[in-house]
Amino acid sequence: MTLTAVPPPSGPGPGGAGAALPEATPEFERAAARADSRRGFLLSLPAYVYLLLFFAIPFGIVVIYSVATRNTIGGTDLAGWNLDSYRRLAEPIVRDILFRSLWIAVLTTLICLVVAYPFSYFIATRTPTVRNIMLVFVMIPFWTNFLVRNYAWRVILGSDGPFAAVTEALGVGRQEILFTHSAVILGLVYGYLPFMVLPLYAAIERIDGSLIEAGRDLYASGAQTFRRVLLPLSMPGVLAGSILVFVPSLGAYVTPQILGGGKSTMLGSYIVVQFLTARNWPLGASLSFVLMTVMLTATLIYFRAGGRNL
Amino acid sequence: MPSAVPAVGLHQITKRFGDVIAVDSVDLEIADGEFFALLGPSGCGKTTTLRLIAGLEFPTTGSLRIFGDEVGTLPPNRRPVNTVFQNYALFPHMTAEENVAFGLRMRKIPKAEVEPRVRDAIALVHMEGMEQRRPDQLSGGQQQRVALARALVNSPKVLLLDEPLGALDLKLREAMQLELKALQREVGITFVFVTHDQGEALAMSDRIGVMDGGRLLQVGAPEEIYARPTNRFVADFIGQANLLDGMVTGPDRVTLTNGVTIAAPSDIQPGGRVTVSLRPEQAFLHRQGGAPEHHASVDGQVEQVTYLGNALIYRVSFQWMHIDVREENRPGGASVGAGDDVTVSWEPSSVAVVQD
Repeated sequence: MTLTAVPPPSGPGPGGAGAALPEATPEFERAAARADSRRGFLLSLPAYVYLLLFFAIPFGIVVIYSVATRNTIGGTDLAGWNLDSYRRLAEPIVRDILFRSLWIAVLTTLICLVVAYPFSYFIATRTPTVRNIMLVFVMIPFWTNFLVRNYAWRVILGSDGPFAAVTEALGVGRQEILFTHSAVILGLVYGYLPFMVLPLYAAIERIDGSLIEAGRDLYASGAQTFRRVLLPLSMPGVLAGSILVFVPSLGAYVTPQILGGGKSTMLGSYIVVQFLTARNWPLGASLSFVLMTVMLTATLIYFRAGGRNL
Repeated sequence: MPSAVPAVGLHQITKRFGDVIAVDSVDLEIADGEFFALLGPSGCGKTTTLRLIAGLEFPTTGSLRIFGDEVGTLPPNRRPVNTVFQNYALFPHMTAEENVAFGLRMRKIPKAEVEPRVRDAIALVHMEGMEQRRPDQLSGGQQQRVALARALVNSPKVLLLDEPLGALDLKLREAMQLELKALQREVGITFVFVTHDQGEALAMSDRIGVMDGGRLLQVGAPEEIYARPTNRFVADFIGQANLLDGMVTGPDRVTLTNGVTIAAPSDIQPGGRVTVSLRPEQAFLHRQGGAPEHHASVDGQVEQVTYLGNALIYRVSFQWMHIDVREENRPGGASVGAGDDVTVSWEPSSVAVVQD
């Protein structure tokens, strides 16, 4: 690109009548490009500093600790790097917790998807006014602290709570699911459902309604239109929502801690135990590293699939 | 052989959306093999009528038949009609070929049959070589062709087209008009075509139904609609017209509201309030007193001349009304200018008198 009409910043202002327009020299163009990238860098500097201080450096520390050794008094020796703590991940107790976390996160994601899809479709096909009201309803839970809402579920699911009363009224006896996997999954679905609804809504809202009509016009039943037209076109939303639910579910700490029992320990709680109770920092760090890698991989797969909906 | 049963039969069809009556007791029969245009301004109910036939809306009351079968309550996938949507509504995640094959696949047509039919449909709209392109890699005109192929490949009994040329630029639109008409003759399928462009409707259709305010005002061949409008709206909407208000004051005589009496044949009883419609190109301009014997005429004064390139429009005022006269821009045309006294004349049979 040539900038013949723009005088260099250091040059003289527009001359009098008849003065030749200043020529854009290669030096000037290089200077302009440098100034441009300098401005861009300065503007993004706070973000870089933030990422460096609160993500890159702590993550580096975690990686270093994961290859360190726990000493006999519960401290950590940074000398003599080894992969022992990674080998321990294959031990049955750690492996069980890893797999349990994984299937609970997958199941939570699937349930959220099934519950959120029709709901998001419903919102996306309302008039703009109704749409906005419904989106506010989706957000309302965020007005209350996550921890408080988890304790609320403890009351609801407890032995004297409304849940047991309802199951009794339904004739299936006083069901108590508090401190079970079911309670954890219920709590996670409840907590992360909005993260599924919002990207799904955004994706479905973007789909031209006449495409659905075209599907019906071309002999597709309602179910076929969903499978062949609506679902593939809303895939970016499905992927984005799934990542947004799967990632925090996998690392969930508060919900399994409050609603889960001893048998439903998930990775998050186990990592906390390693750092605080067992004082095995290398194991906690290696678990954190593995968790982070799984999450990062999921996110990368999403971006590879062309997702732009997060 | 075209069927004697109408391809589409609407009987007292009404569609309400809440308090709004979008389509108001429409009666219409469209013959097999006909190219029929529903014409009207936006919001007149023409698109809703088309959607009712397609099954994308259901009538509030009335009966809707396709080749004699009542289909008013059937969903779109169970009607033997296909639609070309206004913005084409091609599936963006499928190639042109997959788009065209969609309907056949949904109907579980055997694979061996799908392939040749898709190929033929793509050839029919001259899109060979574009099969693997996705809609966003096609121009507007090409998307239009794929949309046509996607509908026609199913051999519908009726093809519905919702402003299919609306998104194309002028040159392409004119070319597609001719092509669409030729295509319809070739496949012999009944086309029902919605448009707000009267030129398009006149150029392409066998018959036109003019709609306004949810009502079907007049149905007829293009020449009939143009020359013999039966109401003021149709006269005004189709082409250019001088609309002169007046009252029938005798056999074939109308006295205009400015007191001038003109010859205008009609069956309307004296005393009836009417509008006289005179097309600008059917009026002739003469120096004062120079009108032919058998013409009806009024004397007036040229108020304004508008130059259109291929034609000139002379606005002639008489009393406080005015008539626009259109003359082709030919050498030796009337050399009159603003302020000149002139006579405007016309064949008495070329005016249409419609009751208000």
